[in-house]
Amino acid sequence: MSETLKPETAEQVLDAVKWAAASESPLAVKGQGSKEGFGRAVEADCRLDLSGLTGIGCYEPNELFMTAGAATTLAEIEAALRQNNQQMAFEPADLGILLGGEGDAGTIGGAIACNLAGPRRIKVGAARDHFLGFNAVSGRGETFKSGGTVVKNVTGFDLSKLIAGSFGTLAVMTEVTFKVLPAPEKTRTVLVLGLSDQDAMKAMAKALGSSHEVSGAAHLPEAAAKGSKVSHVAGTGRSVTAFRVEGPGPSVEHRCRALTALLGGGASVEELHSENSALLWREICDVRLLDGDGGNGRQVWRLSVPPMNGAGVAEQLTAGTGASVFYDWGGGLIWLTMDATPDAGHETVRRAVEAAGGHATLVRAGADVRNRVPVFEPQTGALREITARIKEGFDPKGILNPGRMVEGV
Amino acid sequence: MKMPQPDAGVIARRAEIIEAMQAIVLGEGVITDEEELRVYDHDGLMAYKGLPLVVVLPETTGQVSAILEYCAANEVKIVPRGAGTGLSGGALPLADAITLGLGKFNKILEIDYDNRTVITQSGVTNLAITEAVEDEGFYYAPDPSSQIACSIGGNIAENSGGVHCLKYGLTTNNVLGIEMVLMSGKIVHFGGKHLDSGGYDLLGVATGSEGLLGVITEVTVRILQKPETARALLLGFPSNKSAGNCVAAIIGAGIIPGGMEMMDKPAIHATEDFVHAGYPLDVQALLIVELDGPEVEVDHLIERVDAIARQAGATHLSVSRSEEERQAFWSGRKNAFPAVGRLSPDYLCMDGTIPRRKLADVLQRIEELSQQYGLRIANVFHAGDGNLHPLILFDANEPGELEKAENFGADILRYCVEVGGVLTGEHGVGIEKRDLMGVMFTEDDMNHQQRLKCAFDPAHLLNPGKVYPTLHRCSELGRMFVHKGKLPFPDIPRF
Ligand SMILES: Cc1cc2nc3c(=O)[nH]c(=O)nc-3n(C[C@H](O)[C@H](O)[C@H](O)COP(=O)(O)OP(=O)(O)OC[C@H]3O[C@@H](n4cnc5c(N)ncnc54)[C@H](O)[C@@H]3O)c2cc1C
Repeated sequence: MSETLKPETAEQVLDAVKWAAASESPLAVKGQGSKEGFGRAVEADCRLDLSGLTGIGCYEPNELFMTAGAATTLAEIEAALRQNNQQMAFEPADLGILLGGEGDAGTIGGAIACNLAGPRRIKVGAARDHFLGFNAVSGRGETFKSGGTVVKNVTGFDLSKLIAGSFGTLAVMTEVTFKVLPAPEKTRTVLVLGLSDQDAMKAMAKALGSSHEVSGAAHLPEAAAKGSKVSHVAGTGRSVTAFRVEGPGPSVEHRCRALTALLGGGASVEELHSENSALLWREICDVRLLDGDGGNGRQVWRLSVPPMNGAGVAEQLTAGTGASVFYDWGGGLIWLTMDATPDAGHETVRRAVEAAGGHATLVRAGADVRNRVPVFEPQTGALREITARIKEGFDPKGILNPGRMVEGV
Repeated sequence: MKMPQPDAGVIARRAEIIEAMQAIVLGEGVITDEEELRVYDHDGLMAYKGLPLVVVLPETTGQVSAILEYCAANEVKIVPRGAGTGLSGGALPLADAITLGLGKFNKILEIDYDNRTVITQSGVTNLAITEAVEDEGFYYAPDPSSQIACSIGGNIAENSGGVHCLKYGLTTNNVLGIEMVLMSGKIVHFGGKHLDSGGYDLLGVATGSEGLLGVITEVTVRILQKPETARALLLGFPSNKSAGNCVAAIIGAGIIPGGMEMMDKPAIHATEDFVHAGYPLDVQALLIVELDGPEVEVDHLIERVDAIARQAGATHLSVSRSEEERQAFWSGRKNAFPAVGRLSPDYLCMDGTIPRRKLADVLQRIEELSQQYGLRIANVFHAGDGNLHPLILFDANEPGELEKAENFGADILRYCVEVGGVLTGEHGVGIEKRDLMGVMFTEDDMNHQQRLKCAFDPAHLLNPGKVYPTLHRCSELGRMFVHKGKLPFPDIPRF
């Protein structure tokens, strides 16, 4: 990349994008660059570094929202929220280490642009569900905003949904507003040991179909469990199915007992308290349970499928292949890791996911592989047309992160 | 309210269009008789009426596709319609458009308890989904007061809310997938039983799109197990301000109730007269706070809310002791619209959202406006999420009163925006708030929204005249003016 522009204000972002549009110079848009390895490599000479657009603008705990510069670090935001016993309930994952970089990096704009979500996705949603509004500059070199600071808002199309998960290909966010929520008073995790993948899907369905408000349901086959730093998990020598329960103290204790009764049925059940519980969910959220061997350049896929199809899809992709998995979202999210191949096994992976219903993303692979293999779910027919027309409408010159999601778009 | 000039050319082709529709939808699904068309001449925004060109009631997605394909080829406009309960005029017919009713899409297709999903046709009512799964203890969480009548397709088109959305999310947070027919006639699927999208979040943008992007024919929603118990507190306050402070204090204490609703004095009196819910009449504001979950949690939170309410100056406190009593507490709130309807020949229901802390301030301003306009007002309020429903009482038979009521409503919404809120929290823009869009959005903001529209419906045949005060041609919106040669941004640091 030959040049980096580092605007410090929204006006400067506007100038930069206007210039890029006029001179048809593609821009690689980045916050801190913690997820540069996520998606395809951008075909651009010039980098638009937003890391100057930082700072919490407006945070009113009682109003349950925060407005911040798009490149404000998640670390800064989390620290401010902690002081008020609040949190970003969607648990933005820190994929830094998974992607071969450092941990503890990442900005709020990046979390939204990638529509990150953690284990709590099944209960409270993803970044998309918490993203209330923004100011941005589209590829047309025009400033626009959408949404607001309130949760209930149906004024006009919900462009926040469009921008969340668009990987910077439609507009450069300069300021974002998102929902914040009270942090739970207490968290505990119920562990069921030794379930097969299929039985784990059933146990998770039972728990999530109960009234016990489970806020995380993950299944770690034995190999994944071994990778945990929580000794109760790593040391069992068996698979571990984990259920998170959060809320006021007495309620958590009650629900853990109820879950144990519901799931027990002879299985071996344990509980994790405070720090161990937090650590385990961090490991699941940040996908730290795949690389017991340090990764060795293995490729990683993220599959989103109907929860009850999780084990079947995983079985197809792991049987006799040396690939391994763990499951989050009650079985609906599969993290799959396998030895590197030039095509990342994408046809096999996509065939299995298509049959089950869902989509697959190649999250970790060498840049050459990511440029050869469709990283995101390939689109066909009318879907592809709409996607192309939206891109054309927001970024007619194709200057924002060209090629990041789809080759040539 | 000015609507786009009907296209006389299309109206002249009515017979031909009817014939084409009858070839697609056999039997009684094409309604042409004026008397029968009257049934469809308005939606929940009663002040506006108009006859559609024809009404077509297809039964299959294939038929919807064939209708839209014909209309696209022949430049005939479409107004999608669910149950017609919308309060912003979104389903108001147009004289040169087919009203496409989804009333016959009334089947629930699949219940999948293990994946916690229901797949249903879009004309099924919101309540019918809950009824279909409640034997197993499940329910569909978003619960608009109109849930007995409104369709799930309409809920998605409006991104409807309900009392329980404070804790369980709005429609957009509870819908997993849709089947939608595009204006071209093409059938697309966004989402499914899995979460999130492998590309742009088209499910997210279709939700709340008020029938402007496509016709929703099938829906996948997530269902939840009902909480073990739910109890409600009835809290009376000597002023709107103290009630507002109580709301803020509850949220500030980290408690997100299952529901938190407020009524002002006129609303309390109107509902008490109507349903005898047992509301205290000597208070200025009433809060209903519902807490749900396991009994230990509910007991624990009731104690805390009780203490917060006392601190905030509550003069009336009661806690429901039985399911009947909890229902009774809610009965007033749930019947607030009809109850207020009894006070006056007509009323307009407004729907702004404001930051919670501005509550007392906004109610004060509404009271001043009420005096200025000489029109009575009652306020019900989804207090937990700041969504205000002022009900403006008027008599449409009095010359000029409708206009006066609308101006009053517009002033309230402008004030909502001024204090940091928005024009509509859950009822949609429709025609009602269309001309106020400029209060919240710049031309560039709206043009970007319309570029999304252009990606779905480039000829603007779906529900024109709704949501946007002016619809720009897509070719115009696509044009870009670039200033070549301008030296780039001398001030931006570069490396
Ligand atoms: C007494 C009463 C109480 C209400 N309470 C609430 C409440 O608590 N919360 C709330 O949010 N709303 C409430 N509403 C408003 C209304 O019920 C909702 O907006 C509801 O979602 C509308 O559904 P419908 O099927 O009646 O849609 P309609 O009124 O038929 O249509 C509404 C809009 O959606 C479009 N549309 C409908 N179906 C489709 C489809 N299948 N595909 C594409 N577009 C479609 C129409 O074109 C129109 O723009 C209330 C209304 C009444 C009369």
